[in-house]
Amino acid sequence: MNLQRILAVVSARNREFYRDKAGLGWNLLLPFVLVLGLAFIFSGPENALYKVGVLGAPADTGQTGFLATRHISFIAQEDEAAAIEKVRYHRIDLLVDLRDPPRYWVNDLSPSGYLVERLLLQSSATTPGRLQRETVSGRPVRYVDWVLPGVLAINVMFSSLWGVGWVIVRYRKNGVLRRLRATPLTASEFLVAQILSRLLVVSAVSVLVFLSTDALLDFPMRGSYLALILVFLAGTVALISLGLTVSTRVRSEELADGLLNLMAFPMMILSGVWFSLEGTNLWAQRLADLLPLTHMVEAARRIMLDGAGVAEVMFEVIILLTIAVVLLALSAMAFRWQ
Amino acid sequence: MAALIEIENLVKEYPGVRAVDGISFAIAEGRCFGLLGPNGAGKTTTLEILEGITEPDVGQILFRGAMRDAAYRQAIGIQFQHTALPDFQTVDEALRLFASFYTRHRPLAELIELCNLGELLQRDTRKLSGGQRQRLLLAIALVNDPDLVFLDEPTTGLDPQSRRNFWALIAGIRRDGKTVLMTTHYMEEASVLCDEIAIIDRGQIIEQGAPRQLLAQHFPRALVRIPLDAMPAADDLPLGFAVHGDHAIAATDDIDAALAELTRRHVALDDLHVSAPTLDDLFLKLTGHGLREP
Repeated sequence: MNLQRILAVVSARNREFYRDKAGLGWNLLLPFVLVLGLAFIFSGPENALYKVGVLGAPADTGQTGFLATRHISFIAQEDEAAAIEKVRYHRIDLLVDLRDPPRYWVNDLSPSGYLVERLLLQSSATTPGRLQRETVSGRPVRYVDWVLPGVLAINVMFSSLWGVGWVIVRYRKNGVLRRLRATPLTASEFLVAQILSRLLVVSAVSVLVFLSTDALLDFPMRGSYLALILVFLAGTVALISLGLTVSTRVRSEELADGLLNLMAFPMMILSGVWFSLEGTNLWAQRLADLLPLTHMVEAARRIMLDGAGVAEVMFEVIILLTIAVVLLALSAMAFRWQ
Repeated sequence: MAALIEIENLVKEYPGVRAVDGISFAIAEGRCFGLLGPNGAGKTTTLEILEGITEPDVGQILFRGAMRDAAYRQAIGIQFQHTALPDFQTVDEALRLFASFYTRHRPLAELIELCNLGELLQRDTRKLSGGQRQRLLLAIALVNDPDLVFLDEPTTGLDPQSRRNFWALIAGIRRDGKTVLMTTHYMEEASVLCDEIAIIDRGQIIEQGAPRQLLAQHFPRALVRIPLDAMPAADDLPLGFAVHGDHAIAATDDIDAALAELTRRHVALDDLHVSAPTLDDLFLKLTGHGLREP
């Protein structure tokens, strides 16, 4: 591999990126629109579907009282400490412990928690005083704080998938690849250059978005910056590699667009960016485990909200890098200039 | 003179069509070789095989007497007929990008002067005119000071003045001792630039040689044309004349005799046209169809 050739292609690709004013503007604007839109939407009452965790739930299904309330999803919990954390991070709106003494936990910052608590107290009116209220307090987490790591990751996803996958298909269609093919530049050098260029662009845009969003929303960043950088770098390489797999042979931009959407949408929905997959279909959860965005969001959230360090997210980093290596190998084998 | 490149029995098939069907030729160092043929004749596929863009199904290509290896790409320069450059690059940046791919270089300043790009260096490559763009693509093809230059219909779509300017550039390259393999369907271009031509039709070479030699071999000295409606009787043409479209044409070495015969028959000579045969005529004779028709 020839470094000079790789760097020359990286520079050319970077120029394409930053000189395309419309594209650049959109790349910078999209994450702000997402975050600010969410902050606005979720500043009011949250949606009406509630999730309540239940500790010590009885095995039989004939529930009465509060547990029979419609439009609330009751999710059995095994681990008390983990369940309390879920209340803290809005993954469940309320936690009820049916063991003796009966207790419940609610997050004072959660509007949903407040409403579900009212329902609980009303259902338990016949047995006043028996329920013991516990407040989950300490580090407050707004919904926008919870959702923000995912929004940053989604921005990385769009930029990585389209910035590599779609661009290479465009190069193939308009003849740029054919022209490069006729030079001593090898396919590996070309692909490495595309990855490096996009990694550079995504990193720069992510830092910019991170800093300016923080200035606007003042979100928590409790963990290690090094860990966050590692997670985002590994996640970006995994997502770029996913974009590369689309670009290896496709000649039509429309088809490439469709395939990239086919990858992006399941990740948007299933990676736990907008809502927790707690209590959802088991198959959906298993599918989510295969998606790079899931691990990226999970790790980023643990760093930013729980204060995790490098060691605590190493598992996700390794998974992301494994996904990247497998997809890169597949892409390199399948790649065709024409 | 030793052959720089030798092509033996190239075959390339695509579903339903044999694009290249057993083509062989050799080009001596420093010569300009032209592949002529209508669209779809197989000349671009032949060129792509030689450029290393397409693999042949059958056939052998020897460069300096040996099979092509990684060094081959360093030794060739290509100007494609249809190509694109990465967007948002200036002329200067595009030249430097392609220069960085090669170990051997021709000084950029020299190249810029040769291709007359001095005033265009900071211009976005997407904002060049047709002629300017072809000059840039030629400069890119020469950026590695190649031994062998491929030009695929380099002047298609250019206005007559730009075409002649481009011919002057190619003449300059030839003076530098470069070997050139070009395709074209402009016969005048082939006549002016090529030492040797091969006429391709339906994937096969149907004639090959120096343009003048081929014309002398196939035609007498001159062609006498006269519109059919100037003839008193279309079904009773003078000796030597044959109908081609709406003209009667005679190929002859004795122009005086042909004119005398026409005068004797009281044919009005107002629209008479006497010309030297061209490669267009040769192609028509060999294939029965014109060069610009498939």
